[in-house]
Amino acid sequence: MLNASLKELSAALAQGKISSVELTKLFLDRIQKMGALNAFITVDAEKSLAQAGAADERIAKGDAKPLTGIPVAHKDIFVAKDWLTTCGSKILSNFVGPYDAHVIERFNAAGAVLLGKTNMDEFAMGSSSENSFYGPVRNPWSRDCVPGGSSGGSAAVIAARMAPAATGTDTGGSIRQPAALSGVSGLKPTYGLVSRYGMIAFASSLDQGGPIAKSAEDLALLLNVMVGFDARDSTSIERPAEDYTLDLDKPLSGLRIGVPKEHFGEGLSGDVGKAVEAALAQFEKLGAKRVSISLPSSGLSVPAYYVIAPAEASSNLSRFDGVRYGYRASGYRDLADMYRKTRAEGFGAEVRRRILIGTYVLSHGYYDAYYLKAQKIRRLIAQDFVEAFKQCDLVIGPTSPTVAFRIGAKAADPVKMYLNDIYTTPANLAGLPAMSIPCGFGNGKLPVGLHITGNYFAEARMLNAAHQYQKATDWHARRPAGIEP
Amino acid sequence: MPLSLEEVRRIAELARIGIGDAEARAVQIQLNDIFELIGQMQRVNTDGIEPMAHAQDMKLRLREDVQTERDQREQFLSVAPEKEQGLYLVPKVIE
Repeated sequence: MLNASLKELSAALAQGKISSVELTKLFLDRIQKMGALNAFITVDAEKSLAQAGAADERIAKGDAKPLTGIPVAHKDIFVAKDWLTTCGSKILSNFVGPYDAHVIERFNAAGAVLLGKTNMDEFAMGSSSENSFYGPVRNPWSRDCVPGGSSGGSAAVIAARMAPAATGTDTGGSIRQPAALSGVSGLKPTYGLVSRYGMIAFASSLDQGGPIAKSAEDLALLLNVMVGFDARDSTSIERPAEDYTLDLDKPLSGLRIGVPKEHFGEGLSGDVGKAVEAALAQFEKLGAKRVSISLPSSGLSVPAYYVIAPAEASSNLSRFDGVRYGYRASGYRDLADMYRKTRAEGFGAEVRRRILIGTYVLSHGYYDAYYLKAQKIRRLIAQDFVEAFKQCDLVIGPTSPTVAFRIGAKAADPVKMYLNDIYTTPANLAGLPAMSIPCGFGNGKLPVGLHITGNYFAEARMLNAAHQYQKATDWHARRPAGIEP
Repeated sequence: MPLSLEEVRRIAELARIGIGDAEARAVQIQLNDIFELIGQMQRVNTDGIEPMAHAQDMKLRLREDVQTERDQREQFLSVAPEKEQGLYLVPKVIE
């Protein structure tokens, strides 16, 4: 059961081979056994089992949907009613959700079981899941290594089979990079498809929720639940519902795969490049055609991202002032002193750093040189893709320049850490859908991720390509040593 | 142009984040490294390029001017650090 696909679990539940309560208990046990990975911030067996019981009743009544009774772990950035929702931060360490995020509502309506809240970089700021008030998450493939970030808890949960499905959020790669480093599959949808309501804001023009799971097929089922219009998110897209599983089995003959030369140059580790090349050859075997393309401005995506994201964060995080919710410092002289102390004590070092960058680039006299400049470069990056998609259907390359690195290796050098995001940030800046799937192993027998970017709303096509690849290979089915079924 | 220690303190004050001397010095070095990375943007000519403010060029929706939210005052107040009689409490602002 721990290795079963969502389709298999759904069938087992429907046929009465296992109940949702039994399945939930199985994964709760598993979470306890894998506690050393520090992948969860909150687990509440009583709440989860109550939901599982309700799911079993629903199944008995013949009222089940595809995910009814299936446990799902949610990144602790999604507000869930009556659940502690910390966003990995001390400043929200006492915040119990007064309402449900849209994503949580959708999973509740589908009858899924909330299995727990996963650990993450504080406010989703990081590429290693080390920046959590609750301590670093460990990579199931090598416990001295990071699982990637910021949705590192969710990625580790899937890799170590602590849940059959999980959610994450992606502002600059926070679903795809941890999926790559932890050897699992993850997808960031087109901006606007998944509602941001109740998803604690980091950089609102970039943030997008998405699923993390073992396979593309599972991602498609999860996406069917997560995607949907929500009037409470002003940038939510209104379009007819799509079944993301419909195209999974289409053959890939004639598919044009664009390979951007900029993503195979300096900075890409040889072991990662080799695995990605092998994956491209596999796609050609499946009937796809390889096209050389160029994304000339993509090299500027990290600098532009580290202006835009901190700028938006400095504005979004101004709400954490110790007045309406969360932590408040003790021993202050006046209101201003309360703000300063609350925010100095409540935010971790990386979050403070990004607020300072954002405050500076938006401050008087610097706006044009930084923020406006970054927005112009954002346009150039988006235009690169418009040109690229005239020549190809999907853009494929590496997700991350290296395999997982050791905990602490980049913690003291923010610039080194930021450069992890070189291949993932362009999709956020352009608003395009992108995903990562496992495509082999590199140095230290650690997983390598393959990055697939599609045109706007091309999720079904990306999932089709990923599913066909996963039918021809078994990288996605590999498990870390010591992770027995 | 590297950030001075004075500028780091000024930004921290704008952001309402208390910062000690030792931290300000450490942050100054890190911020200057980051701004060196960000500075790569200046190499590109962007004259005449329209800034892209959002992931998609979309128009914001309009809605009927009617009440859409129900009263959740008690629920939202329940998570406040200090409250009294349905109000948030903060230190005295006006003497």
